[in-house]
Amino acid sequence: MDQILTVIVDGIIYSSWLFVAAIGLTLIYGVMKIVNLTHGSFYALGAYAGASFTGAWLARGYPPMLSYAVLLASALIVALVVAPLIERGILRFMYAKDEVVIMLITYALFLILEDVIKLVWGVDPYFIAEPYGLLGSFEVGEMTYPTYNLILVGIAIVSGGGLTLLLRGTRFGKLLRTVIHDPEVSRAMGINVDRFYLVTFTFGSLLAAIGGAFTAPTVSVVPGLGVEIIVLSFAVIVIGGMGSLPGAALGAVIVGLVRSAAIHYAPAVELFVIYFVMALVLAFRPRGLFSLAEPRKI
Amino acid sequence: MGVVLHAKDLNKRFGAVTAAAGVNAAIEQDSVVGLIGTNGAGKTTFINMITGYIKPDTGSIEFRGRDITALAPREVTRIGICRSFQIPQLYSSLTVFENMMVGLGVVLRNAKLGGFFSRGRPYVPGHEAPAEEVAERILQRFGLADYRNKNAQVLPGGVRKLLDIALTMVAKPSILLLDEPTSGVSAEEKFGMMDMVMTAVKAEGATVLFVEHDMEVVSRFAERVLAFYDGRIIADAPPEIALRDPEVKRYVVGGELHRMDEQQGSAHA
Amino acid sequence: MNSNRTLLILGVVLLAVIGAGPLLPQWAMFLLTIAIAKGLVAQGLMLQLRAGLVSFGQALYYCIGAYTAGILGRFFGISDMLLEMICGAAVAAFIAFILGFLLARYRGIFYGLLSLALSMILYGLLVKSEALGSTDGINILPSTVFGIRPGQESVRHVVLVAGCAIAFIATLLVQRYLNTPLGQLAAAIKDNEIRVEYMGASVREAIHIKYVVAAALSGIGGALAATTVGHIDPDMAYWTTSGEFIFITILAGTRSVVAPFLGAAIFGIIHTVAYDVSPNTWQMTLGTALLLVILFLPEGLWSLFNRRKAA
Repeated sequence: MDQILTVIVDGIIYSSWLFVAAIGLTLIYGVMKIVNLTHGSFYALGAYAGASFTGAWLARGYPPMLSYAVLLASALIVALVVAPLIERGILRFMYAKDEVVIMLITYALFLILEDVIKLVWGVDPYFIAEPYGLLGSFEVGEMTYPTYNLILVGIAIVSGGGLTLLLRGTRFGKLLRTVIHDPEVSRAMGINVDRFYLVTFTFGSLLAAIGGAFTAPTVSVVPGLGVEIIVLSFAVIVIGGMGSLPGAALGAVIVGLVRSAAIHYAPAVELFVIYFVMALVLAFRPRGLFSLAEPRKI
Repeated sequence: MGVVLHAKDLNKRFGAVTAAAGVNAAIEQDSVVGLIGTNGAGKTTFINMITGYIKPDTGSIEFRGRDITALAPREVTRIGICRSFQIPQLYSSLTVFENMMVGLGVVLRNAKLGGFFSRGRPYVPGHEAPAEEVAERILQRFGLADYRNKNAQVLPGGVRKLLDIALTMVAKPSILLLDEPTSGVSAEEKFGMMDMVMTAVKAEGATVLFVEHDMEVVSRFAERVLAFYDGRIIADAPPEIALRDPEVKRYVVGGELHRMDEQQGSAHA
Repeated sequence: MNSNRTLLILGVVLLAVIGAGPLLPQWAMFLLTIAIAKGLVAQGLMLQLRAGLVSFGQALYYCIGAYTAGILGRFFGISDMLLEMICGAAVAAFIAFILGFLLARYRGIFYGLLSLALSMILYGLLVKSEALGSTDGINILPSTVFGIRPGQESVRHVVLVAGCAIAFIATLLVQRYLNTPLGQLAAAIKDNEIRVEYMGASVREAIHIKYVVAAALSGIGGALAATTVGHIDPDMAYWTTSGEFIFITILAGTRSVVAPFLGAAIFGIIHTVAYDVSPNTWQMTLGTALLLVILFLPEGLWSLFNRRKAA
C-alpha cells in the first residue's frame, strides 16, 4: 500500500511539473495552430534566469523567502523580452506558410537560442538549492517530500484554473475563442487577431519560462535542459489532445503516473514508456484522448 | 444490351438525414442517364456509394453481376467505373499534360508492376499506345491541347472542369459518373461543353450517368432520367415523361420550369 | 534531373574518388565518407518529402543501421564493410515495413511527431541497454572488405571507395524508381490524395513503400558512418541528429537524387568550420543556416511551400 501511495504522490508531483511545462505549448498550438519548438528555449531561459538571479539575490543576503518572487520575476523578464521579439520579428511573417515549415522555423530558432543561452550564461552548471529546502518538508507515509514540491502543484492548479477561467469567463477569453475558431472571420469582424497572437505567444512562452524557473532549484541547470522538455511536453499534449487545456492536464497525469510507476516497478523502461504511450495514442487516437474524430485518410 | 450496373435497395442515413432510402436502379449498357434533384436529395451520395467512397447501410451494388459494394474507390476505378467531381480534383502544382501522365502512370503501374523493369516506353493497357500519345489524344478530344503546358492552378473554371472529366478517361472506364459536369459554366457554353464531353466519352463506348441541374441539358442529352428527392428515386423514365411528372415538377423542376417560362415570355435575345 | 546526366556525374565522382582518393588528406576522406553516409539518409528523407511528408525521426533507421554494424562485430565477429551495410539496410527495411503499417496512415505534423516518438523510443531503449553499452555505446571492429583488412594507411581510402560504390548503386536504383509511375506519384500524393485514389492507386501503399526504401537508405548510411567513425552510441537516434538530416535535405531540395550528397558535404564543411571557429556556437550556426535556407532558398523548400493544405 505504501508503495502505491509513493507512486501516486511522486506521480502527482511529476504531473504538476509536466502540466506547467506543457500548457504553454498546447495554448500556442490551440490558438495559433503552430507547433512551437522554441518552447524548450523559454523553459531553459526561465531556468537559467531564475537560477542566476536568485543566486545573485541570495548571495547579497536578501531575504531568502523572497527568492520565490525572484524566480517568478526572472521568468517574467525573459518571457516579456524575448517572446515578443520572436513573434513580431520573425514568426509574424510566417503564419501563411505550411504548418511543417513553421515547425521547422521554430526548430531553427530553438537551435539559435540554445547557443545564445550558452553565450550568456556559460556552460557550467548553475545550482541554487536553497529555495528548494527553505520550506521544510512533509511526510506521506514513509516518504518525506520537500514542501517546495507543493509550489509546483500550486502553480499547476493556479495556471490551469486561471486559464480556464480566463477562457470561459472573460470577454478576452470569448474573443480568443473566436480567434481560435476562425481567424479569418475574426479579422473580418474587426478583431485584432495579430495582437491576440502576440499575447498568446508571449503568455505561452511565459508559462514555459515559469516552469523552467521553478524547476531550477530542484536540478542542476545545464545546457540541453530545453531539449528534453520539448519532446516530453509533446508527449503530454499529444496524449491529451493538442490545443486542449483539460487534455494537457489529463496527459500530464497519465504520463506522470506512468513514469512514476515505471521508476518504481520497472526502472529499465522509464524513458521508453512515455514515448510508447505517445506512440500508442497517436496510433489509435491521433487527435488525443479528448476528441472523437480521427484524421485518417481514405 | 444488358444491365451493367445494378443498385439494389440502397439505404443510407447520416444521423437524422436520410441520404438514400430504398434506391433501386438498373443501368443498361451504353445508356446515358441524367440524375436530377435538388441539393441534398441524394444524387452525390448515390455516386459516392457506387464508387465506394461511402458504404450503404443496407443494400448492394452490382457491376456486371459482381458485388462491388465493399470495394474501395481505387478498386472501383480499376474495374472500370470512374467519376468526375463537382469541384474539380486536379493536381494544381502540375501542368495539364503532367496531370494526364500521372493518371496514365497509375494505369501502367497497376498492370505492369510499376514499370521498374521495363525498357523504353511501355504501352498503356487499354489504350494500346505509349502514355504520351494517349495523353495527347485525350487532351485533343477535350479541346485542352492548347493548355497542355499550363499549370492546373491557373486554368479558368470551365477548363478545370474539362480536365477533371478528361482525367476520368485515363483508366478507360466502361461506366462514367459525371458529377455536375456543367456547373460553373455559363449558360451559353453548357451545350457546347456537354457536346464535346459526350462525343469524347461515347467514342470510347462508355455508359454515362451525369448529375445536372439544368433541365434543358438533361432533356437534350439524357436518354433516361432518375429524379431524386429526399433520398428516394421519385421518377425513372425518359426525359419527356420524367420532366412532366407532377411529383418531379413539384420537388425538383418546379423552380426552373418557372424561370424557363419567364424567359420565353420576356423579350430576351 | 535527367537520368543520363546523373549517371555521368556519379560516374565521374566515383572514378575521381578511386583514382585521386589516396592523394587526399585523411581528414578529407573522413569527411567525404561521412557526407556520403548522411547523404544517403537525406536521400531517404527526400523520397518522403517529395510526397509531402517530413520525418522528424529519420535518425531511427540511421541508428538501426549503425547498431546492426556494431552488433555484427561485437557478437558475431563480422567486420566486413559491405556485409555491414547490406545488413544495416535489411534490418532497417524490415522494421520500417512493420512500422510503416502504422505510419503510412498519417500526414503532416502527426507523421512528423510519430516518427519523432519512434526514434526517441529507440533512444530510450539504447540508453538503458547495458548489453549495448548504454550511453557509452560500443566500438566497431576495424573494417575488412571481402576478408581483407586494409592497412592503417589505406583503410580510410578503402572505406571511402566502398561507401562511394554502394552510394552509387543505391542512387542509380533510386533514380530508376523515381522514373517509374509509382515514383512519380509522390508529387500527385502531395497535391491531391483523393484524386490519386480515384485514379486507381493506393496512397497508403505508395507511402509505405517510400518509407521502407527511405529506411533502407538510412540503414546503409548508418552502417557506413559506424564503420568510418569506429564507434556508435545512442545519440545517433536522438532527435537533434534527425534535425541535422532534415537540414541537409532541405538544403538539398527534392529535385535531384545527387543533391543530398552535396547538401551533406556542405553541411560537413559548415560543421567543421563552425566547430573550429567557435564550438559553442555550432547550434546557432546551424539554426541560422536552416532559417536562411528556409527563407531564401526556394528551390529547396519550394515543394513544401506549394503544398496544398488539406481541405
